[in-house]
Formats: sequence, structure tokens, C-alpha cells
Amino acid sequence: MYQWDFYTVLQSFDLFLMGIWTTFLYTVGSILVGVIVGLTACFARLSRHGIIRLIARSYQELFRCTPLLVQILWAYYALPMLLGVSLSNTTAGLMMLSLYVGSFYAEIFRGGILAVEKGQREAANAVGMTGVQAMTHIILPQAIKKMLPAFINQSVVQVKNTSLLYAISIAELTYMTSVVNSETYRPLEAYSLAAVLYFVMLFPLTQVADHFERKMRRSD
Amino acid sequence: MTATTDPVIRLEGLRKSFGSLEVLKGIDLELHRGEVLSVIGPSGSGKSTLIRCLNLMEEPTAGTFAFQGRPVSLKFRAKAPAIGAGELRRRVGMVFQHFNLFPHLSVLENITKGPRIVLGESREDAEAHAMQLLSEVGLADKAAAYPAHLSGGQKQRVAIARALALRPEVMLFDEPTSALDPELVGEVLAVVRRLAQDGMTMVLVTHEMGFAADVASRVIFMENGAIAEQGSPEEILRAPKSERLKGFLSRFHS
Ligand SMILES: Nc1ncnc2c1ncn2[C@@H]1O[C@H](COP(=O)(O)OP(=O)(O)OP(=O)(O)O)[C@@H](O)[C@H]1O
Ligand SMILES: [Mg+2]
Repeated sequence: MYQWDFYTVLQSFDLFLMGIWTTFLYTVGSILVGVIVGLTACFARLSRHGIIRLIARSYQELFRCTPLLVQILWAYYALPMLLGVSLSNTTAGLMMLSLYVGSFYAEIFRGGILAVEKGQREAANAVGMTGVQAMTHIILPQAIKKMLPAFINQSVVQVKNTSLLYAISIAELTYMTSVVNSETYRPLEAYSLAAVLYFVMLFPLTQVADHFERKMRRSD
Repeated sequence: MTATTDPVIRLEGLRKSFGSLEVLKGIDLELHRGEVLSVIGPSGSGKSTLIRCLNLMEEPTAGTFAFQGRPVSLKFRAKAPAIGAGELRRRVGMVFQHFNLFPHLSVLENITKGPRIVLGESREDAEAHAMQLLSEVGLADKAAAYPAHLSGGQKQRVAIARALALRPEVMLFDEPTSALDPELVGEVLAVVRRLAQDGMTMVLVTHEMGFAADVASRVIFMENGAIAEQGSPEEILRAPKSERLKGFLSRFHS
């Protein structure tokens, strides 16, 4: 029988906490930048101009159809060769995480906006609102409610995706777990603990998403 | 200027196409202050398209459109003397068949939203005016309710109050009662009738022939994208000339 020994691993719990903190920072940072990127791409996709729609669409497909790990490695190892300047792992990691999640957010935002009935925009225009006023006062408030569950779910995925930053030595939770592992030679305990920690962080979030989804279905 | 003698709305040769489908085939129309114009005609004849052109929900593809003698521009803002879509829509209110209330706003906010952001009215002024309008349509007690909790008839009365909140000079109604259960039609028509009695200039697309006969000062019969016949309610509804209009009306005398 395997002799479980969590005690050794728990002695390095401060390393896990540092990892959680870094994971948190990259998650929040990339979600914030990703929302801005996603909104921009979303409105570009809804633009009147075909060329703007095409650019946004190309960006989205590029990031949705290539693995995030390849994107991160490409930005860190390959992009500097094109640019002639090296990127820090922080910059490369944050940039690619943001662009990646932004491409999914764009689709979620667009879906939410298109799900608001056409009559809402007409009614807003009929009282003299400009397109921007109709969007901010009438359409977006309704769209946000519709897109909230999908937005939370994508953000949960984003927390997990930060683990890929391990590949460029960013000290997030997965990377720190590997550090603990190499110090303690206790992979089973170290990686089990890491899994539990991810689960404890994410389970409440999926419950919140489910809650909003149920609430929405009831109000329809 | 000539503003008092000009018709409120004048259309000359107004055309509208969706792609290759021409839906309005040259409409000439004058609407004068205080007139109540009722638009009747078979499904697909272009009634909605016509009324939606009057506040530029649809953009006409050809013809002239003047509001109180000023040419109407398709741009949101236009240089005087032209009038842009923004100002036109403030001065021409619209009530939709399916109400289109804002579901995320209370009844009171549905009414005050437009005046507050479009006219820049203060909250106090907008709310005082909204409460006055709500009591005129008999819904003062529903100010805090949300649209989901109203009956169809109540929704449509709120929608009318929402349009009136911008103090429009013309009101457009596109089949305001056809989405309602029969027992709720009366309460909405009563509000429309009151507006007519108060002298509001109105265009009303309706299948309620009795009501049209009652409130309209003029009726136009549309067919196939054109005005086929027009006149007083008596002329159109009691003494139709064309066979098409007779046939159309016979379906309502069952
Ligand atoms: N946005 C649109 N795109 C394409 N065709 C349209 C559009 N809106 C209306 N049409 C077409 O224009 C024609 C006139 O439609 P319209 O809605 O004006 O008729 P209507 O007289 O109001 O009919 P109803 O009594 O059924 O409401 C129809 O053939 C309709 O299919
Ligand atoms: Mg219609």
C-alpha cells in the first residue's frame, strides 16, 4: 500500500499560496484585458463595414482554432525572432491568455447582443435615441443578463488555462506544484493537492453560473 | 414662416424597396394637424412599411418626405432647414403591435428613459410627467411594476404613455390591438380615442373597422404598395367604389 504523506507537502503550503496568488493575478488580468479585446472584436463583428468584420473574424478564428499552449510558446519563443526584441514571460503569457479568451468572449458578447429582440432597438430609436444610446441603455443591459452564464463558464476555463503558463516558467499554481514536487519527491500528494485547490476555487463559480442560468430560464 | 399652413407630413412619390421587392410604389400623402388618418388594406399591402417610413424606422428609397415643410434627411442629425431622423422621431411617436416595452426597466423608467437621455430632462420633471401620463392611461398604480407583470392591454397603454412622454406632434399606431386578447382591446382603443378627441395628429393602421370609422377623419385603403382609394370614413367604409375594397370590407362584416 502506498503511504500517503501530505505532511511533507503541506510544509510547502506557502509555495502553493504563492502559486494561487499568481494564478489569480493572471486570471483577473487576462479577463480584464480579454473583456476589452472581446468587446472590441464583438462590435467589429457587428460593424457595417465588411473589412472590419473580416479582420475581427480572422482574429477570432486564429485564436479559437489553435491551441493556447502553442500560442503561448509562439509568443515567448517565436515572436521575439520576428520583432527583434524579447518579451518577458509575463508579457507573452498575459498577452496570449487575453487574446485567447477575448476571441471567445467576443462570440459570447455577440450572441448576447443578437439575442435581444430587434423590437428593443426599434423602440429605443423610436423615442429618439442614437445607436450608441440604444446600445448602452437598452440593448447591453439585456444582453449582459443573457450572456452571464456563458461568460462565467468561459472565465472558469480561463482559470484552468493559466496552468499552461507553466510552460514558460511563470510561477502559477501548477508551476509551484512542480517546484514542491521536485523538492519533496511526493508527486501524488503534490498534484492531488493542486487538483483539490483548483476544484475548491472553481466549483463555487460553476455553481454561480448554473444559478444564473436557472434564473434566466425561469424568467423567460 | 409657413410652418402653420404646411401639412405636418407630406409625401410625394414615396417608394420603398427591400432588395428587388418594391413594397411602396409611389405614395402621395398629406397629413394635416389634428387629422386622424386610418390605414386599411390586405396583409402585405405595405401598411406597416408606410407607417414605419414616417419615423424612418424604414428608409424610403425614393420620393420626397417633408415634415412641417422641412425636408426630411435620412441622417440622424441634419443641417437646418432639413430635419434629421433624431429630431423627427422625437416629434413623431410610435406604438408597436407587440408593445416592445423595455423588460429590464420598470413602467416608470420605460416612460422616463427617453425624455431623460434624449431630451435631457431632470429625473423629477420626467417622473412627474410620466406619472401624469400614467394616470391618463389609467395605470398610475403600476408605476413600479415591470412589464412582465402586466397584461397585454396594460403593456400597450404603457407603450402609448412612453411615446407621449416626448410630447410628440404626431402619433403612429401600427395595429396597436391586434396582439391583444379580444377583451383587452377596448381599454387600448379608449386611450387612442381620447388622444384623437384631444386633437392629436395620428396615423393608425388597424383592422378594427368600426373603430376606424369612429375616430378617423380620413381613411386610406392600400393595396399592393399603393393607395387604391381614400376618403372620409363614410365614403370608404360605407360606400366603397372599387370591387377590391368591397371585397376587402366584406370580410369584416361577418
Ligand atoms: N424588412 C423586410 N425585408 C423584406 N421584405 C419586407 C420587410 N418588411 C416587409 N417586407 C415585405 O413588404 C411587404 C409589405 O409588408 P408590410 O409589413 O408593410 O405589409 P402590411 O400591409 O403591414 O401587412 P400586415 O397586414 O400583414 O401587417 C410584404 O410583402 C413583406 O413581406
Ligand atoms: Mg403590418
